[in-house]
Amino acid sequence: MYNSFPFEGKVSQSDGRVKKNRRKRMNLNNKYLTLSGLEPLVVTPESNFINIGERTNVTGSRKFLRLIKEEKFAEAIDVARHQVEGGAQILDVNMDEGMLDGVEAMTTFLNLIASEPDIARVPIMIDSSKWEIIEAGLQVVQGKSVVNSISLKGGETEFIRQAKLVKRYGAAVIVMAFDEDGQADTYQRRIDICKRSYDILVNQVRFKPQDIIFDPNIFPVATGMDEHRKNALDFFNATKWIRENLPYANVSGGVSNVSFSFRGNNTVREAMHSAFLYHAIQNGMNLGIVNPAMLEVYDEIPKDLLDRVEDVLFDRRDDATERLLDIAETLKGHKKEQETTIQEWRNEPLQNRITHALVKGIDAFIIEDVEEARLASSRPIEVIEENLMIGMNVVGDLFGSGKMFLPQVVKSARVMKKAVAYLQPFIEAEKDGKVEYAGRILMATVKGDVHDIGKNIVSVVLGCNNYEIIDLGVMVPLEKIIQVAKKEQVDIIGLSGLITPSLDEMVYVSKEMEKQNFNIPLIVGGATTSRLHSAVKIAPNYNHTVVHVNDASRAVTVVGNLLKKDNKVYKEQIRDEYEKFREQFLNRSKKKEYISIEAARKNKFKIDWNTTEIVKPKQLGIQIIQDFDIKKLEDYIDWSPFFRSWDLHGKYPNILKDDVVGEQATELFADAQVLLKRIFNEKLLKAKAIFGLFPANTVNDDDIEVIIKKNYHVERSRSISNTKERKCKTVKFLTLRQQSKKREGAPNFALADFIAPKESGKQDYIGCFCVSTGFGTQKLAQQFEADNDDYNSIMIKALSDRLAEAFAEYLHKEVRTKHWHYAQSENLTNQELIKESYKGIRPAPGYPACPDHLEKTTIWSLLDVEKSIGVILTESLAMWPAASVSGYYFANKEAKYFGLGKITEDQLIDYSKRRHINIDEARKWLSPNLAEK
Amino acid sequence: MSKIYQAIQKRILILDGAMGTMLQQYNFSEEDFRGDRFKDYPTSLKGNNDLLSLTQPKAIAEIHRKYFEAGADIVETNTFSGTTIAMADYNMEDLVYELNYESAKIAKQVANEFTKQNPNKQRFVAGSIGPTNKTASLSPDVNRPEYRAITFEELRVAYKQQVEALIDGGVDVLLVETIFDTLNAKAALFAIEEVKEDKQIDIPIMVSGTITDASGRTLSGQTVEAFLASISHIQLLSVGFNCALGAEQLRPYLQRLSNETEFFTSAHPNAGLPNAFGEYEQTPKEMQKLIEEYLQDGLINIIGGCCGTNPEHIKAIADVAKNYDPRRISINV
Repeated sequence: MYNSFPFEGKVSQSDGRVKKNRRKRMNLNNKYLTLSGLEPLVVTPESNFINIGERTNVTGSRKFLRLIKEEKFAEAIDVARHQVEGGAQILDVNMDEGMLDGVEAMTTFLNLIASEPDIARVPIMIDSSKWEIIEAGLQVVQGKSVVNSISLKGGETEFIRQAKLVKRYGAAVIVMAFDEDGQADTYQRRIDICKRSYDILVNQVRFKPQDIIFDPNIFPVATGMDEHRKNALDFFNATKWIRENLPYANVSGGVSNVSFSFRGNNTVREAMHSAFLYHAIQNGMNLGIVNPAMLEVYDEIPKDLLDRVEDVLFDRRDDATERLLDIAETLKGHKKEQETTIQEWRNEPLQNRITHALVKGIDAFIIEDVEEARLASSRPIEVIEENLMIGMNVVGDLFGSGKMFLPQVVKSARVMKKAVAYLQPFIEAEKDGKVEYAGRILMATVKGDVHDIGKNIVSVVLGCNNYEIIDLGVMVPLEKIIQVAKKEQVDIIGLSGLITPSLDEMVYVSKEMEKQNFNIPLIVGGATTSRLHSAVKIAPNYNHTVVHVNDASRAVTVVGNLLKKDNKVYKEQIRDEYEKFREQFLNRSKKKEYISIEAARKNKFKIDWNTTEIVKPKQLGIQIIQDFDIKKLEDYIDWSPFFRSWDLHGKYPNILKDDVVGEQATELFADAQVLLKRIFNEKLLKAKAIFGLFPANTVNDDDIEVIIKKNYHVERSRSISNTKERKCKTVKFLTLRQQSKKREGAPNFALADFIAPKESGKQDYIGCFCVSTGFGTQKLAQQFEADNDDYNSIMIKALSDRLAEAFAEYLHKEVRTKHWHYAQSENLTNQELIKESYKGIRPAPGYPACPDHLEKTTIWSLLDVEKSIGVILTESLAMWPAASVSGYYFANKEAKYFGLGKITEDQLIDYSKRRHINIDEARKWLSPNLAEK
Repeated sequence: MSKIYQAIQKRILILDGAMGTMLQQYNFSEEDFRGDRFKDYPTSLKGNNDLLSLTQPKAIAEIHRKYFEAGADIVETNTFSGTTIAMADYNMEDLVYELNYESAKIAKQVANEFTKQNPNKQRFVAGSIGPTNKTASLSPDVNRPEYRAITFEELRVAYKQQVEALIDGGVDVLLVETIFDTLNAKAALFAIEEVKEDKQIDIPIMVSGTITDASGRTLSGQTVEAFLASISHIQLLSVGFNCALGAEQLRPYLQRLSNETEFFTSAHPNAGLPNAFGEYEQTPKEMQKLIEEYLQDGLINIIGGCCGTNPEHIKAIADVAKNYDPRRISINV
C-alpha cells in the first residue's frame, strides 16, 4: 500500500487529543463541510487536505472505461477499493462517455459500491456534466455526497434550479468558476464568478456556505503559450481570495490537469503534482482530485527539479518552461518503475489468503487461490469443506461478536459463491457429471414479517454449500410453507423473523408441522429468536428436530449434520440438549417466581359448579376385564412411537414414504404386522384391565375424597350392584398444585380442580384404571432370544407397549361412551383419539400433571389391581408387566392436561402431612419437582 | 413559528409510547381488524395495525387518550405503515390517503380535547412516517448487489402521498422515524420539502433513526455521525433515535448525537432489550431511572418510548422529566 499523503512532516498534524477538543468546540458551531458515506467526513482546518480518488472516472481512466463498457463490475469495484485502500477520502465517480448510458452506469456502479462497506464508508462525489446523470446518482446514495459540478454556464435560472435540488437531495456541491461567457481563466474572472455564485447560493437558495466547494479551474502550465503562464499562480491567488472573502466556502481542483503538457513523463508530472498541491494547500485548497499513485513526496523531489517546477508554477522566469523541458529530457529514461502494489496479504500462506478474501469480501484472487487449494486437495469438495469453511467460520465468529456487520457478511457469501461456482464442475466431474444437491431447503420469513436479510444470507451461504434453496420470500403464510414443503419434498424448513410476533408465528408453524405429520428438521433464526425460545416454545410442539441457528456460518454446519445419512445421533443430541436446556430454564425461571401454596390454592382453576354438567356414571363401582380380545386393539394403535422406539423418526403413516427412513420403516412395519398377526391368531399375549368409577368430591382444595362401598363385589366384565349402601369408606387421591407465579388471569392448576368440591353440594365422580397387555411378553421375548432373534425380541416388547397404550385408549373410550356414558354421542376417528380430541382426561401418575408415583399405590389398593389382574408395582412403583398403563379418569369437559412444574417447600410439608409420611420420604418421591431452595 | 417551537424551548416535551404494544392488549381478531367495511376483503388483514384507525377508531383514540393522560405532549398517529409500499402487503394501496387522514384526525381530536381541558399545556400530534418495508440502499438479493427493490422515486411518490394526507388531517409535526436506511429517510424528507413548497406552508419535522445493535450503526451501515450528516440538510425540529435498543444501550449514541447537532434532540427507546421470548420487561421505574441519566446530562429535548412501553412508562418518564431543564443548544447562524 502506498502512502496517501506526501507532505507528512511539512504540515504539522495535530495530535489526537487536541483534535478531539477542537472538534468538540467546532461542533458547537458547525460550519465545516461535513460529508458522509457509512462514516462521516468533516473537513476541518486540521484535516489538512481531503484527497478525492479519481480512478473511477471514465474520462480520466481508460482502464475504468473499458471495465464499465465490458460490464466487468467486479474489477471496476476493485478499482474503487484500491482507491479507498490507498487513502482516498472521497470517491469521484464519472460515467460521461458517449458510448455509455450514463444514468444506467452511474446507478449500477453506485449501487454496487453501496454493497461494499470498505468502499461505501467514504462519501461519493457524483461527477457528470449531465444533470440527469447527477440526479440519478443523488437518488442512490444514502450518505451526504458531493455533486461535481454545477455552474452559471447555463444561466442563473438553471443554476438555481439545480442548486435547490442538490440541497433537497442533501448533497454538497462543487461550483465551477464558469459562467454564461465561459470558463474563468484569469484571477479576476475566477473571483468574480465565485463571488456571484456564492451570493446566489447563500442568499437566494439558502445553501449552507460550508456545503459549497469552489473549483477555480486548474489549467495546464508550461504549455509554451504565454496565456498559460499564470494558470497556476492565478489559481493559488484565487483560492486565497475565496478562503478569505467567501466565509466557510471550500476550494477544490483537479490537480493532474496542471501537468498535462508533460504526459508520458511521470517523473516530472509527479513532481509537478506534488509541488502544485503543496502550494495550493498553503493557499487554502482543502480538497482535490489527485491520483495518489502519481504523487512524489514533496521533500523527495530532487532540488533542481523542484526549483524548475516551482519557477513554472509561480511564473518566476521567462525561460521557466524551457528549463523544465530541458531537465525533463534527462529524466525521461529514469521513469520510475510503476509500483505494483502487491498487497501484503497476498504473501501469506494459502489458508490465510482464502480466509482474508472471505473476511474482506475480496474476490479478485479467490479463483486462483481456490485452484491452488484444489490442486493440493485429494477431492475438490474438500476445498469447500475445509479451506472455505475455515474462512466462513471466521466470518461467522466476527459477525457473531459484532466485529463485522451485515453487508460485509453478504460480501463474504458472494466470494464463497464464486469459489463454489468455480469448484462445481470439478465436483460434478467426480460424480460422473451428475448435479447432486446436498439437500433441498425451504426458506421463509414468516407471516407478518418482512425482514429477510438474515434469511437471504443463510440462503446464499447454504447455496454456496451445494444446497438447493427454495426461498419463499417474506410474509409467507403458514399454509404456503406447509404446502410447498410437501410438494417439493424439502429436507429442511428454515424460518426467519425479526419482529416479536414472528416468534409466535414460528410456534404455529411448528404445531402445524406436527399436525401434518412432518418429520423434517425445522430451523429457526432471526434477531429475536433464541435457543431458549426454540427450546422452550417451539421444540415441544414438534416431535422432530428443531434447531435454532443464529448465524449463517453455523447454519452450514447444522444443516450438514442434519442431512448426513447417519444423523440420528446428532438429532437426538439436539433434542436432549434442548430438553435439558428447557428443563434448566423452566427450573431456573420458576425458582424466582413461586407463590405460596395458599396463594396458589386461592388462584385455583375455577369451574362453575352450579352450571357445569356432572354426569353420574351409568355403572358405578369396579369392573374387571380378563382376557380381552386383543385383536380389537389393532385400530387403536398409535404407530409413531413404535417407529421412534426403533430410532426411526417420523409420523406414521408418512414415515413409510420417508426419503431417509421410509424403506426401513416399511420393512419394519411389515415385520411388525407379521408378529402382530401371530399375537392375534395365536393369542400370544393376554390383555387385562380393571377400572372403577366412584362418587367423589374435592376436599381441602387439593384432595379428592373417593367414596367406596365396602362390599363392592367385583366380577369379570360386569358390575355388581351397589345395593348395600352401608359401610362406606373413603380414600383420598392427593393432587399437587402448580406454584409458579402465573400471569394475570392464569390459574394454578391441580387435578383436584376438575372435581366438584364438597362444599359445592354437588356429587361428582372420578374413575381410575389399569390396563396391561404385557402378559406373555416376557416369555415370548425370551423365546426369541433363545433363537438368537433379537429383532423379534425387541419387536414384541415394542408391540406390547403399543398395545397397552391402545388398550388404555380403547378403555377410555368405552368408559366415556358406555360405562360412565358421559360422551355417548362421541364418534372419533383413531387419529382424533391419538390427538386426544375427546372430552375428559386420563392423566397417569408419574406424568406431568401428577408426577407423584405414590398415587399408584392408592389406585392399586382402591381397585385391588394386583389381585384382580396381576399387575404389580415394583419397589420404585414401576408397573409390571411393563406394557401397562394406569391412571385416573376425569370427565368434566373443562378438565385438561397440564404440567405441574416445580413446587416449593411449603407444599412439600403440607403434602407429607396429607400423605402421612415423613418429610424426607416425601422429598424423595417428589424430588424432580422440587424447586431449588 | 409553530407553538411547538415555543414549548420545546421551555420544557422537555414528552412523546408517547408504543402503539403496537397497546394494541396487542386488545387482542383484535381477524374479524375485528376487518370490521364491517372489510369483512369480505380477499386478503388476511390481521396485523394491519394502521387499518384499525378505520375499523377500530375508538381503540386508537383511547390509546392516544391514555398517553395524553400519562403526560404526553405529543402523540404519534397510527400511520407507521401508511404508505402504498407498506400497504401493498395487504393490497390496500388505495386506502393510504384515507388511513393517514383519518388517523391524523383521530389523534388531533383527542389532542384538542386535552388542550381544551388545560390550555396552558398545548398537546401536539406527530404524523408518524415509518421506514416502509423496503430498503433503497440495500439489495434484497445478495447475488445482485446492484439491484434495488425500491427506488428513491417510488419512495418519494409514496411518502408524498402520506405526508399530504397527514397534513390535511391536521398533524402538527411530521415524524420520520425508525430509519434503518437513510436513503429512505432522505426520500421522505425530499417529499416533505416538495409538499411544503406546493402547499406554501411550513411544518416542523422530527427525524429519528434506528441504531440496530452494538455496532452502533444503522441497518444500512451508517455511524451516528454519518447518519446525522446525511439528514441535516433540512431544517429539522429535532433529530434522535428510537427503537431497537433500550435507553441504556442507546445512551452513548444519543450522547454523540447531542454533541454533534444544532437541532433539538429526541429519543424514544424501547423498554429495554427483548428477552428470549421477544417480550420487553423493563419496568416503568427502571426505564425512568435510565432516562433520568439522560436528563441529568442534558441530552434531551423530546423523550418518549418505543416498543414495549405503555402509558405507565410514559407517566414515569414525564414525572421525572418535569424536574429537569431541556437540553440547551447554541444556535449560531
